[in-house]
Amino acid sequence: MFHIYCPYCEEYREEEEFHPKGQAHLSRPEDPDDCSDEAWGDYLFFRDNPRGIHHEMWVHAQGCRKFFNITRHTVTYEILETYKMGEQPTITAETNTARPAATASSADDRAATEVKGAQGVQA
Amino acid sequence: MQRYSGFGLVKHALRHHEDWQRQWRNPEPKTQYDAIIIGGGGHGLATAYYLAKEHGITNVAVLEKGWLGGGNTARNTTIVRSNYLWDEAAALYEHSLKLWEGLSQDINYNVMFSQRGVLNLGHTLQDMRDIQRRVNANRLNGVDSEVLDAKGVQEIVPIIDGSKRARYPIMGASWQPRAGVARHDAVAWGFARAADAYGVDLLQNTEVTGFKILDGRVVGVHTNRGDIETRTVGCVTAGNSGVLAGMAGFKLPLESHPLQALVSEPMKPILDTVVMSNAVHGYISQSDKGDLVIGAGIDGYNGYGQRGSYATVEHTLQAIVEMFPIFSRVRMNRQWGGIVDTCPDACPILSKTPVKGLFFNCGWGTGGFKATPGSGHVFAATLAKGEPHPLAAPFSIDRFHSGALIDEHGAAGVAH
Ligand SMILES: Cc1cc2nc3c(=O)[nH]c(=O)nc-3n(C[C@H](O)[C@H](O)[C@H](O)COP(=O)(O)OP(=O)(O)OC[C@H]3O[C@@H](n4cnc5c(N)ncnc54)[C@H](O)[C@@H]3O)c2cc1C
Ligand SMILES: [Zn+2]
Repeated sequence: MFHIYCPYCEEYREEEEFHPKGQAHLSRPEDPDDCSDEAWGDYLFFRDNPRGIHHEMWVHAQGCRKFFNITRHTVTYEILETYKMGEQPTITAETNTARPAATASSADDRAATEVKGAQGVQA
Repeated sequence: MQRYSGFGLVKHALRHHEDWQRQWRNPEPKTQYDAIIIGGGGHGLATAYYLAKEHGITNVAVLEKGWLGGGNTARNTTIVRSNYLWDEAAALYEHSLKLWEGLSQDINYNVMFSQRGVLNLGHTLQDMRDIQRRVNANRLNGVDSEVLDAKGVQEIVPIIDGSKRARYPIMGASWQPRAGVARHDAVAWGFARAADAYGVDLLQNTEVTGFKILDGRVVGVHTNRGDIETRTVGCVTAGNSGVLAGMAGFKLPLESHPLQALVSEPMKPILDTVVMSNAVHGYISQSDKGDLVIGAGIDGYNGYGQRGSYATVEHTLQAIVEMFPIFSRVRMNRQWGGIVDTCPDACPILSKTPVKGLFFNCGWGTGGFKATPGSGHVFAATLAKGEPHPLAAPFSIDRFHSGALIDEHGAAGVAH
């Protein structure tokens, strides 16, 4: 169970209030009529799927109903930061070569130890 | 290889079961193979088996980073069926179902394939219209399939709540009598043993860490046990396929999600078929051991952790209890997750790639167990000839640029 900090409500709330909405920071081709099948297919169907740090959109569906972004580790599931739409992440795969200790927005220690314990289960 | 038989069982019993052969060797990697399969799940092992058996290519290695069948193959809820909507998908899954029907004999291993039928329930008028359409499409494709009304469902599963009191009353179902379940780890072990008998090297604890690519063609792989040369690689790594594609320098239209399942304490026989419902979102059968085998939906976020959120499990059990109030006090015994590689059109990718000699078989997502023999069979032909098998051809990566998608969200959906 994630404990997610909504940057609009400025509160930690339980995962069930939220919905994941896929990769963040996608930009629609400027002129869809004028783009190649290659570029259009890439935009529609090809997503980053990293084993590691990922930036994704979530919506606070049963709260303020606003979209925002999360930087999260896809193996430990640790949430590294949440930030508003239009903002850029401060933690990326490039900046995060050594994984930082829990940051302000992922201070949910209970969840953090749980996910660390689960790392041993990977095949 | 010793053949397994009833007679053999008696013979070994007389010797107190003390001299059974090992099921497969544990060889050291050679420096070169004619073909390398990455991923020792059911699909990879089946590919190796059919490469040897049907195409005479036996200088083959299967590289598995963990243990054979330790991925999704032995984590699924074992449902096997072929009642998919579109011609291309129905042809592939029906090809597989036909292979299932002779599989235990073919590989001399009891995979406990049990054709106990599958019900896909409808709870709304639109569900029932979709079911009619799919059943008609199935019949045109030679797939056994029937539409049942609520009474028909109740006759097959007397313990299901067929009353109007349910929040989402059952209006009917599609019924595929030839569908069923199989024992998933036996499928991995059976293909492994049969492939090993042809001389295929099964290399466990062998992780591929990169590809050797020369002038756009694959010439080998890097592993934690050294480099191995080969000019044909079949990558069959399910949830990790995106990571492997990244090593080869291209992207796949896949996202990796956790998918969870759970089993109850064992009980006396009470459910002798498979029941699935897209609308209330759950599916259930009873194993030969007696435990209820229950599958959840995917967790919506990307994840490689082989675990999902508890809420997902809770919602699944709500759906099961909605359909089967009689199970409300059954205790659950174990729960786990796999990493499924979901594709935008809910169909797999069996394809050439931008790298010559490197082929991918992935994207089976939440529903590839049923395809294990068929997938291995057509993928082996693809590797042997260097060109896609006719049943595999529509499942090329190109479809995500040409637009020729095969949209199976209706037949795949939550359902597996
Ligand atoms: C909970 C759950 C329920 C399911 N229920 C059903 C169902 O009822 N019916 C159905 O048809 N399907 C179902 N599925 C889907 C089905 O399990 C999969 O589609 C199928 O098993 C995939 O088989 P595979 O051999 O391709 O993958 P896997 O069995 O996952 O094998 C891939 C292998 O690749 C290995 N690997 C990964 N990276 C590397 C590397 N770098 N080097 C070497 N090896 C590597 C992994 O360790 C793994 O063993 C379910 C899946 C899950 C998780
Ligand atoms: Zn909010």
